[in-house]
Amino acid sequence: MAGLAVASELVSRGAKVQVFDPGGPPGPHGCSWWAGGMLAPWCEYENAEEPVLRLGQRAIDWWAGRTKVQRCGTLVVANTRDLPDLRRFARRTEAFVEADRAKIAELEPDLHGFGKGLFFDQEAHLDPRQALQDLHRGLKEQGVEFHRKLAPAQIEHAIDCRGLHAREYLHDLRGVKGEMLVVRCPDVELTRPVRLLHPRMPLYIVPRGDGIYMLGATMIESEDSSRITARSMLELLSAAYALNPAFGEAEVLEIGVDLRPAFPDNLPRIRRLGRTIYANGLYRHGYLLAPALAQGVADLALDNTHTEMVDEDRA
Amino acid sequence: MKTFYGTELPNPLMLGTAQYPSPAILEQAFRDSGAGVATVSLRRESGAGQTFWQMIRELGVLILPNTAGCHTVKEAVTTAHMAREVFETPWIKLELIGHTDSLQPDVFQLVEAARILTEDGFQVFPYTTDDLIVGERLLEAGCEVLMPWGAPIGSGRGLNNEYALRAMRAEFPDVPLVVDAGIGLPSHAAHAIELGYDAVLLNTAVARAGDPVLMAKAMAQATLAGQLAHQADPIEARDMAEPSTPVVGKAFLS
Repeated sequence: MAGLAVASELVSRGAKVQVFDPGGPPGPHGCSWWAGGMLAPWCEYENAEEPVLRLGQRAIDWWAGRTKVQRCGTLVVANTRDLPDLRRFARRTEAFVEADRAKIAELEPDLHGFGKGLFFDQEAHLDPRQALQDLHRGLKEQGVEFHRKLAPAQIEHAIDCRGLHAREYLHDLRGVKGEMLVVRCPDVELTRPVRLLHPRMPLYIVPRGDGIYMLGATMIESEDSSRITARSMLELLSAAYALNPAFGEAEVLEIGVDLRPAFPDNLPRIRRLGRTIYANGLYRHGYLLAPALAQGVADLALDNTHTEMVDEDRA
Repeated sequence: MKTFYGTELPNPLMLGTAQYPSPAILEQAFRDSGAGVATVSLRRESGAGQTFWQMIRELGVLILPNTAGCHTVKEAVTTAHMAREVFETPWIKLELIGHTDSLQPDVFQLVEAARILTEDGFQVFPYTTDDLIVGERLLEAGCEVLMPWGAPIGSGRGLNNEYALRAMRAEFPDVPLVVDAGIGLPSHAAHAIELGYDAVLLNTAVARAGDPVLMAKAMAQATLAGQLAHQADPIEARDMAEPSTPVVGKAFLS
């Protein structure tokens, strides 16, 4: 996704681009395939640094020009026992209105048993797989060539967006494990991403349409992407069940596990080493920060301008 | 100053390493607070947390691996062995959870696991309740440190039962004691040290504060204040005012 976003930004500024990916067209080989697709800078700001809030706000319009973006906001709720967490969440961010029982019922009639919540009406979400395919198709239509192989070593201007595969060049990059589920539950109708505050991890459920929901996501300082644990699955499913017991009847369609590439401050970086520009470290903010990352890469590659994500330039 | 299995701590603050917004903020919290001990969980990461663990090693502080998330003796013992291999230390913070909601320790399994691990050469830091008899049993099992809770993990309620913590301090005058869990504010941390506790261990209060680095500093200063206060032999609280200037010879109007 980082690569496609960078390509899209470069092409929109008139550059001629070729894309190399040995994995082929967008698919399960990229961690963005497993993302939630929330464009939620205000919610994320609760536990992230300021650039996530500021740069993330560009994302909604950037994506809306390239794929279908649902501007329905985000609803954050907590069980009664976790109301201190809801108050803390409210203190740590902005751009929301408090939602009482009536407001929650009006927004999401299928949410049961929540008396207090926060509604972030400016936030949006997209379907990550649709977005990847739309970017891919759009680039092809604009004449971008795609090659199903690694880029040849001798390329005049290379941009490496390979996430954790670029580790040997980016020594401070690490993987943060995330686990997610996709379920089908036509009995429940939710129209916007709902976050359930939980003392141990931020759980969310994103509607994908046709009764399909994505449940995410764990955050574990581990680099084992081979398995989901029973505990993670229990926690994800119990969160869904807490939102509406009808999720007990949901059909589990997919289990996703992958690693988010992250730098020590969990913020993305642009680095130029020789002829290669590295764009990496989107962490859990792939769709949210990819537009800003892509713009930063284009600024560096085309105009030699250093924006804030550039932390090293040894051209 | 008491030692922890022969090791003297640079200050009375031990910090956990979970739930920070980023490893960079975690590192800064350690740097700015000067906390001398970092606890690290191994359970969930299994063998694949190497990169994160390396970051913790690079903090240059003493590492106290923990068995957080273990519910049985077997799990805790296995995790302890893994911790010893990964961090090359005999130290282990033994946590055996008995109740999923309150995360209250299962003291029966705790004593059993402490005995097994001590016999195997571990230096065990048991996370326990403030029960005196459990404390005695843990010492009999070979523990040379006790870590009673202030309040349930992550609750931030402070010292729920000051009387019990005082009793524990009085009962085990020579044992290094650490209040582990429940600390929410610097005043709670200072309070524990004022009571004569040798250290406090906390995580959520710092990691989930709006500004973890600032809160870590506040905790460090509070523990230091508590330490000075304890050494200074504080006055006893009393019911009547005791004027600090003599009243004899002054006019009493009432």
